[in-house]
Formats: sequence, C-alpha cells, structure tokens
Amino acid sequence: METNLCVAGFGGQGVMTLGKFLAEATCDSTDKNVTFFPSYGAEQRGGTANCFVVISDEMVGAPLGDVMDDLIVMNEPSLDRFIGTLKEGGTLFVNSSIVKGEITRKDAKVVSAPVTELALELGNAKVLNVIMLGIYIGYTEVVSLEVVWGTIEHKLGKKPKLLPLNKEAFEKGLAIGRSQR
Amino acid sequence: MEKVYSRTTGIREDMVNGFCPGCMHSTIIKLIGEVLDEMDIMDKAVGVLGIGCCGLHMEYMTYDNTTAPHGRACAVATGIKRANPDSLVYTYQGDGDFASIGLGESVSAANRGENITVIFVNNGIYGMTGGQMAPTTLFGMKASTAPKGRIAEEHGYPMHMCEILNQLTAPAYLERTSCNTPANVMKTKKAIRKAFENQLNGKGFSMVEIISNCPTNWGVEPLDSLTFIEEKMLPEYPLGVIRDK
Amino acid sequence: MARVFMKGCEAIAEAAVRAGCRFFAGYPITPQNEIPEYFARRMPEVGGIFVQGESEVASINMVYGAGSTGTRSMTSSSSCGISLKSEGISYCASARIPMVFANISRGGPGVGSIHPAQQDYLQATKASGNGGFEMLVFAPSTVQEAIDMTYNAFEYAQRDRNPVLILCDGVIGTMMEPVKLPEMKTDEEVAAFKEGNKEWACIGHGKDVKRSWIEPGHWRGQEDANIEAAAMYETWDKDVQVEEYLVEDAQIVIAAYGISARVAKSAIDILRKEGIKVGLIRPITVHPFPYHSFEKLDYSRVKAILDVEMSIPAQLIYDVKLGVNNRCPIETCLRSGGQIMSRDAVLDAVRKLNEK
Repeated sequence: METNLCVAGFGGQGVMTLGKFLAEATCDSTDKNVTFFPSYGAEQRGGTANCFVVISDEMVGAPLGDVMDDLIVMNEPSLDRFIGTLKEGGTLFVNSSIVKGEITRKDAKVVSAPVTELALELGNAKVLNVIMLGIYIGYTEVVSLEVVWGTIEHKLGKKPKLLPLNKEAFEKGLAIGRSQR
Repeated sequence: MEKVYSRTTGIREDMVNGFCPGCMHSTIIKLIGEVLDEMDIMDKAVGVLGIGCCGLHMEYMTYDNTTAPHGRACAVATGIKRANPDSLVYTYQGDGDFASIGLGESVSAANRGENITVIFVNNGIYGMTGGQMAPTTLFGMKASTAPKGRIAEEHGYPMHMCEILNQLTAPAYLERTSCNTPANVMKTKKAIRKAFENQLNGKGFSMVEIISNCPTNWGVEPLDSLTFIEEKMLPEYPLGVIRDK
Repeated sequence: MARVFMKGCEAIAEAAVRAGCRFFAGYPITPQNEIPEYFARRMPEVGGIFVQGESEVASINMVYGAGSTGTRSMTSSSSCGISLKSEGISYCASARIPMVFANISRGGPGVGSIHPAQQDYLQATKASGNGGFEMLVFAPSTVQEAIDMTYNAFEYAQRDRNPVLILCDGVIGTMMEPVKLPEMKTDEEVAAFKEGNKEWACIGHGKDVKRSWIEPGHWRGQEDANIEAAAMYETWDKDVQVEEYLVEDAQIVIAAYGISARVAKSAIDILRKEGIKVGLIRPITVHPFPYHSFEKLDYSRVKAILDVEMSIPAQLIYDVKLGVNNRCPIETCLRSGGQIMSRDAVLDAVRKLNEK
C-alpha cells in the first residue's frame, strides 16, 4: 500500500510546512516508510512551491511519483499544473478562496474549503496551511489526528503563543474534512 | 667571547640559495627565521607559501610549511589557524598572489580579522613566470605583458594594499617597509616581530608589506635595483605604519 | 535507536559531526545550503569550527589548511560550485590531505538549474581537477545511505590520506525520510584522530623533530609521488561496492546509481509482476567502478542493458560500456536539467526493450 500526495501553491502559503508536518507525523507514529520531497522555484517569495509526500508499507522508490492519490492545491496555477497527475477517482483538496475555476475532472472526489478566508477569520492568514492539513487528516485519516497535532505542537515548541491559534485552525479543518467525507 | 650573530636555525645549512643574485627574498626569509629564533617559537611556526618565487625556499625551511594554490594562502592559513590555534601561522606572498589572483581571499581574511600574519613581498612584477605586469607595477614600468609600460587607461593604477586594507575595521597592524638599506632591513625585522607578537597576543590580522626588488625582470643590476626602489617605488609606496591598534 | 525524520543535507552534516569532523568551511549554493547552515548551528556544540568562506575557492582552501593540521575536515557544494573547488581538491589529493566533500548535484553545464540532476558523473569519477588523481566516490540512493557513507568516508580519507567524495544528487540532498543515526565519536576519540596525524600534520614541530612539509607539488620527485599515489589507487578493488538486484535471471539489466537507481528499482518490482525479467546493477562506489558486475553477466541470456540516469548526454554509460564490452546493446533512459527520473519513464523504456 502506497499513498502519493502532492501539495502545491504559492511560496509563502505554507505548502512545505503542511507536507512536512504530515510526513514527520507518519515517521514518528508508524513503522511505515515515508518521504518528503520539496520543489521550489528560485524565488524566496511568491514563486511556485510544491512538495510530495509518499507513505508506503514498502521501501519508497520514487519520492516524486508520476500519479498522485491525493492532490492539495492552494492556488489556480497549481490546479492547472498538477490536475493531470491525479489518479482516476483520486481526491482533490482545493483552496476555494483562490481557486475559482471549474474542476474539469469529473472522476475526482473534490473536497473544497475557502481556507484563506477561514484563516483571516481566525485572525492570521498564515494558518491556512494548518486548516488545510486538518481538512486532509479529517477526510483521509491517513495518520491519527493526535499524532499530527503532537507534531505541530512539537514544531511550535519555541513559539507557544501560537499554539491556541494553530489548535483552533487545525480543529476547524478537521471538522470540515470529516463533514465532507 | 660574546656571540653577536649566528645563522638562523630556520634555514637548512646544506642547501644553497635558490634566488637570483641580489633578490631580497633571501633577506626577508632570513629575517623571518631570525625573528622565530629570537622569539623561540620555531616549534610553533607554520609558513603558508604563495605560488611563484615565494615558494622557492620551501625546500630549505627547517620548520613546518605548506604551499597554497595561487592566491589562496590567506584561506589556507585561516584553515590551519582555526583548526590549530596554538600554531604561529604566517603567509608569504608576492604581489601577483596577494593582490591579484588572491585579492578576494586577502581582503576577506583581513576583514574577518583572522589571527594570522601576512608577509607581503611587493616588487611590482611577476618574477617566476618572467616579468609580467602585476597590480602593483608602476606607471611606465615595462613588463612582458605591457611592453610599452603600464598605462592608466589600459591597465588601471598601482594597487596600494596597505591603504586598501586600512579601509577595513578589523586589521590590527599594517606596516609598509623595505629592505633597500640596512636601516630599512632592521625596521622590516622589527615589523615582522611585531606582527608575530600580535598573533601570539590574539590581536588578529597583521600585515607587513615589504617593498622588494627583482633585478632579473626589472633588467637592472642588483645595486641599481636599490636606487630604483628609492627613486621610483617608495614615492608610490611610502613606508611607515599605516595601522597599529 | 529511534528513527528520526531528516533531510539529506542535514543528515550528511550530522553524520560528519558524529564521525569526528571538527572543521567545515562552505559557501552558499542551492540545493546544499542546509549543510553549511546545519554546521553553523552544530559545530559550536561540539567544539568544532564552522567558517563561511568568501567563495567556494576560499572554502576548499580553508579545508586544505584545516586538513593539513590532521583535523577531520569537510566542505560541500553543488555542481558549478564543485568546479570552483576543483583546484583545491587537486591540491588536497597531491598533498595527500584527508578530507571529505559532498556534491549535492544540480543541473548543468554552467550555472545550470537549481533542481536535482546527475550531470557531474564524469567530473566526479574521472577528473575532479587537474593532474589525474583519483578518489573514492560514493553515490547514495537513500538518506540513510548518505549518512552511512559520510560517516565511513572519514575513515577512508584517513586510511588513504586522500579526499573522498559523496556524490549525492539534489533529490537525496533535499528529500526527507526516516533514518537512524550512527554513534557519536567521543571527544577522546576525536582528539586521538588528530593526535594520530601529528607526525605529518602542519602544526609546528619541535626543533629535534622532522618538520612537516605539506607538498601539493613535488618539484624534484613528481613522478615518484605519482607512482606512490597510483599504487594506492590500485588497492581500491577491495573497496568496490555494488548492489545487484534480481540480476540472476534478468534478460534486461538496468544500470543506474543514486536516485535514478532507486526509482528504477521500484519500477522493477512492477515489471516483474508483469513477467518481465529485469534486474538492476547499482554502483554504490561510482569510483572505483564495479566493472566486474557487468563483465560476469551471461550475455547469452541478457538481451540488453538500459542505462538510466539524470544526465543528457549519458555519462555513466561510458563505464557501463567498458564492462559490457560490446556483448549486448546498451539503450538509455535519460532526463536532465532538473527533471526528476520518473518511474513511468523507466517502465516504458523497459517494456519497449522487452518487445524488441
């Protein structure tokens, strides 16, 4: 059993952090093999950013698969670029705040939420990735939510002030993910 | 009877001089050896030799030494000194090495205030490769790659390394000396000693720029080269302490 | 020991620290920046030295200097930055300075692209500088391997008094996966490493002790020095490392190293289920090269070799050709310029070969 996930968006949307939290949680809590592979543009901000997470019972071959089981897109260009890699009947997670175009793949399961706006409602645009991670976990349950939250908590250890906000964001996402299951 | 002079232990007795007649490299490396003897630190000394005539004496040094790639002596010395702070590390570099190909390494090591000593031998020309133009070549001075002599419009201006490094905050000590007279030889020795003492005291980057000669590639007799230094080199490169903090 | 989730570059740096590396100098270049950044944080914790050099050129020369003192020393860079270091690497080889360096390679030639590639094979294995010197060159295909190779590289460098190269593509350098870290050498062990090098180290010697003369050139005896180095290279046959995967009955044999081999291996598992008899020869040391693995193949059975690498034109293929010696056709499956080798591309190439 192998799950290939691609997370794509603008640089600065926390795309890498989202993928890394998930991969690290998998490493910490399971015996599964897991890889995280980032791909950046040369720009420090505003360029494209995407990452690939592979979770597998076997040795991971390509850390960047040809076909994605799940695809998270945070902006329009990422949808255009990666929609072709989603497997038949795969799941597409969409940031509907930014992605307004029609989803042409009728076979795909679509989970959508306006995570940019939801983050702003929580008072910090930066937590959109944590909301999306919550949605992904709530929908797929690929790793237990306690473990993912534990990883986030650990990573934010040096900035405990940010914990309540992130907790709220994560839980909001979880609820959305579960409701669309 | 009191012994007033003896040969430095820094140079092997069984080796002959490899430098051209009248070349001041012999004098300068003798001075370095004498200072190491007098300070009793020969057993700590590590020489990092530049490429060119500067490296010609590596065979007859009696103490530890290595040769750096052309221009990289200050980087090599940085590695040695940082990895082994108890060593007394100096670089021995010519003008092509220190001021041309190694300019980046030289300025950067000075700017970091590396606790090393640079002995910079400036004779305004490339020696070993056969008299090509150096960054320190004087106006009108002919070189094999500037047959009509140095021209500002084409070659730029003679580089003053002491003054350039004096723009930096970090260096501890910058002095320009020469070996064209017995008095200047003594001043050079004093400067080398001061630069080594600075290093032992952890004061950081010290450089002694020594205005030297090249009778062979200047195309003059050794004695005339001393006159050339006095009349042409020193007006362009005035001697003295530029920085002492 | 519990597994930890680490990025290739950081894992290499931590492995070096654990192997007793106490001097690192480097210069920023993508995609290896996490190596110098990691050392900058880590070295002060273990009493080691980190220097950000003013250039790649300066950094390798700082390592040449630090290595000359007998201190376990390292540098890293990527592709075009490695080219800049090549002069210093040649000096280290000539002066027989033990040191380890990593090339987290990116697209080329020239400034190339910042994305992963395997475009430096010939440079790494045949001519990492002037003068015809040789080095042990290890090519990891997992982050764990990158750790183990780096850890052991310091032992090889010490044994031979010679540079050792970790040729690591940008995929392995930037990806993260669970790893187990090797044991940390104790302060006593690290001190003993340096002490053991005292005889030749350039640190200042007592008056009655033979001086240390680090010679990156040998004016009076260059030929003798070359003969001595060549004799040392000759002893490396025992150090050849290779992975042979399902080769015994294979009709198609893939030749690949690093990330390409890893991708190819996962393709083989799929192809075997389709009944295609395909195997893999993966050089783990790309120098010395495991020619024997190709020489000993039964060419009445093997129909073709597929050379899979992230380089255009192909480079690994020259060594493969030497081993195969015209006994079967060699086809290629190549990507370049920052494009990652895909499993689908390997699947297609093998299926096509199989139909022939």
